[in-house]
Amino acid sequence: MGKRMFQIRLNNSITIILCCFSSSFLFSQKEVKAHHGLTLQMHHYVGDKVLVLDDSTYTNSLGQAYTISKLNYYIGNIRLTRKDGKEFLLQNYFFISEDEEKTASKSIFIDKIPEGEYTSIQFLLGVDSLHNCSGAQSGALDPINAMFWTWNTGYIFLKLEGKSPVSKEPGHTIEYHIGGYKQPSNCIRTISLKFETPLVIAKKTNVTVNLKADVSELLKTPTTIDFTKLPVVNNALNATTIADNYVDMFQSMK
Amino acid sequence: MKSRTRIFFSIFVVSAMFLSFVNNDDPYYSISKKDVKLVLPKNFPKPYYTFENNKLTPEVFLLGRELFYDEILSKDRTVSCGSCHQRIAAFSHIDHTLSHGIYGRMGNRNIPSLQNLIWNNTFMWDGGVNHLEVQPIGPITNPLEMDETMEAVILKLQKSEKFKPLFQKAYSDPLINSERMLKALTQFVGLMISNHSKYDKYLVGKAEFTPQEENGLKLFRAKCASCHTEPLFTDNSFKNNGLISDSSLHDIGRGAITRKNEDNYLYKVPTLRNIEMTYPYMHDGRFSKLKDVLNYYGTTTNHTTNQDPLISKIGVLTPEEKKDILAFLLTLTDREFLNDRRFADPNMGQKNK
Ligand code: HEC
Ligand code: HEC
Repeated sequence: MGKRMFQIRLNNSITIILCCFSSSFLFSQKEVKAHHGLTLQMHHYVGDKVLVLDDSTYTNSLGQAYTISKLNYYIGNIRLTRKDGKEFLLQNYFFISEDEEKTASKSIFIDKIPEGEYTSIQFLLGVDSLHNCSGAQSGALDPINAMFWTWNTGYIFLKLEGKSPVSKEPGHTIEYHIGGYKQPSNCIRTISLKFETPLVIAKKTNVTVNLKADVSELLKTPTTIDFTKLPVVNNALNATTIADNYVDMFQSMK
Repeated sequence: MKSRTRIFFSIFVVSAMFLSFVNNDDPYYSISKKDVKLVLPKNFPKPYYTFENNKLTPEVFLLGRELFYDEILSKDRTVSCGSCHQRIAAFSHIDHTLSHGIYGRMGNRNIPSLQNLIWNNTFMWDGGVNHLEVQPIGPITNPLEMDETMEAVILKLQKSEKFKPLFQKAYSDPLINSERMLKALTQFVGLMISNHSKYDKYLVGKAEFTPQEENGLKLFRAKCASCHTEPLFTDNSFKNNGLISDSSLHDIGRGAITRKNEDNYLYKVPTLRNIEMTYPYMHDGRFSKLKDVLNYYGTTTNHTTNQDPLISKIGVLTPEEKKDILAFLLTLTDREFLNDRRFADPNMGQKNK
């Protein structure tokens, strides 16, 4: 696996670091040569409101108020399926963060996608077991992102932090650090989304796919999270409950 | 005039100190290509860590050694890896039952030795760490140990006049990131290989055992080697050797990692190489002498209800048997390893002055 680091500067505010650039193409080499770009843009919401860190108060389905101070997560193994059934796979990981002060971003640029009409997108929320067992890594998976457990090796897939007045934790904290690649606490989830209208990748064009991630979904269906009972999840215990909740957190906006 | 000499003198001292950081010229501390050649002992199994993606070079090894012995990795710059892992103790810590970290904070486990690590498939007493390269992130970020963030450590290294040239030399470009830091540390600790004890020489006919040592080996093979398996003296498994846990430490061992009740109070079978030097013993350092360990194993067949069945098989040991096993355990001391100049702290001379 050739490890190289690509740093693509889209504009001043967005820097994307791609690590382990080893996208494997399930297409013939000829098709791959004519390449075109796709930007995946994440939009973070709480229900139908745009997520604002710290300053906005939201209410969960139990009527409990809360604020959000941090939202970070990993997505990877992005797979696009073309009408003819062929798949384009990018085996990289991306660190997505709502935090403007981090070298992470809310958009992912994908290069070299073969032309055609694509009907669906799939990706992992989390980091697969291979990358959890590969030792020191750089780029998105650099442990300086503080998305890493040291006492029980593994990446933290998602961090959601905030406050709720009903939480009995010090400072009324609510904190969900979700990770775990081993059974029975495997929190890797595959997100599958159909495009309402097929996504057309054509020569020399760049398209944008807007994805909505709804934080309130993380806290409900199938399990409603009661901040008085489960204000903190920071190890494998209960993590799968949240993981089962985040499967339906994403929606295609186009 | 007087003050000028003083200034001159202090400049001299400062530059001497600076130069002494990297003692490449001192033959005792210098590292050659030969020094970083991985020599796998013939009777050892295949190692788990192969340096395949971390090519051994003298420059990277040297960087690793400087990182290991530099307090820059801790928040208040008082603790280095080497403050806990002492060379003369096979990189464990003599006398401390539990580890002491930054601000004198006490950890909840005894410091294990660092040797033959590339043959370990998991690390720590509970096996929570799955790869040698990521192991250092643990102590660096643990509030009870070095209490620093990875981000801050990398920033400090990027600004360090000492480390900038060391990274440049090691990687032929100036990039300083966590991957390079971790891989350099891994080269340093990964080459800590102990296989020159009297026992090793005895195996290949280069040393003779006394009758007592010989009998000790026989007893050891019958009673202990099922867990402390030769030649590494561990089978890398997790076992309950019957110790009643000290509830004040809130330590349930392997169970905290696997979340299986049956794994509670299981600990990694530790290697017994250099056991003479790695006292105190057990995950909580409860025994200060090997005598205590042998008395423990040899007094009764029933320590706890959930002890491993192999522990009951040890049976009661007679005083002679204990003495013989002890004599054998002392043949595992590897002076070549304990005195290996490659692993010595290059700043030590300066610090002692
Ligand atoms: C405050 C003391 C302390 C410091 C500082 C420290 N360690 Fe450790 N080290 C320990 C303890 C205690 C353990 C065992 C922890 C456990 O099992 O939970 C350990 C375990 C290890 C192990 C695993 C050994 C095995 O056989 O499983 C390695 C490797 C290691 N340390 C390397 C390092 C490196 C490299 C550094 C510097 C970055 C470092 N240590 C800093 C105390 C320390
Ligand atoms: C069932 C497996 C098993 C058997 C059999 C066994 N041990 Fe152990 N031994 C362990 C485990 C596990 C530990 C660590 C326990 C802990 O710290 O809680 C250990 C720890 C030790 C230690 C302390 C090592 C250190 O670095 O702290 C010594 C010494 C030791 N054993 C010697 C022996 C001798 C001698 C025998 C035979 C009389 C023996 N063991 C038999 C599993 C075993």
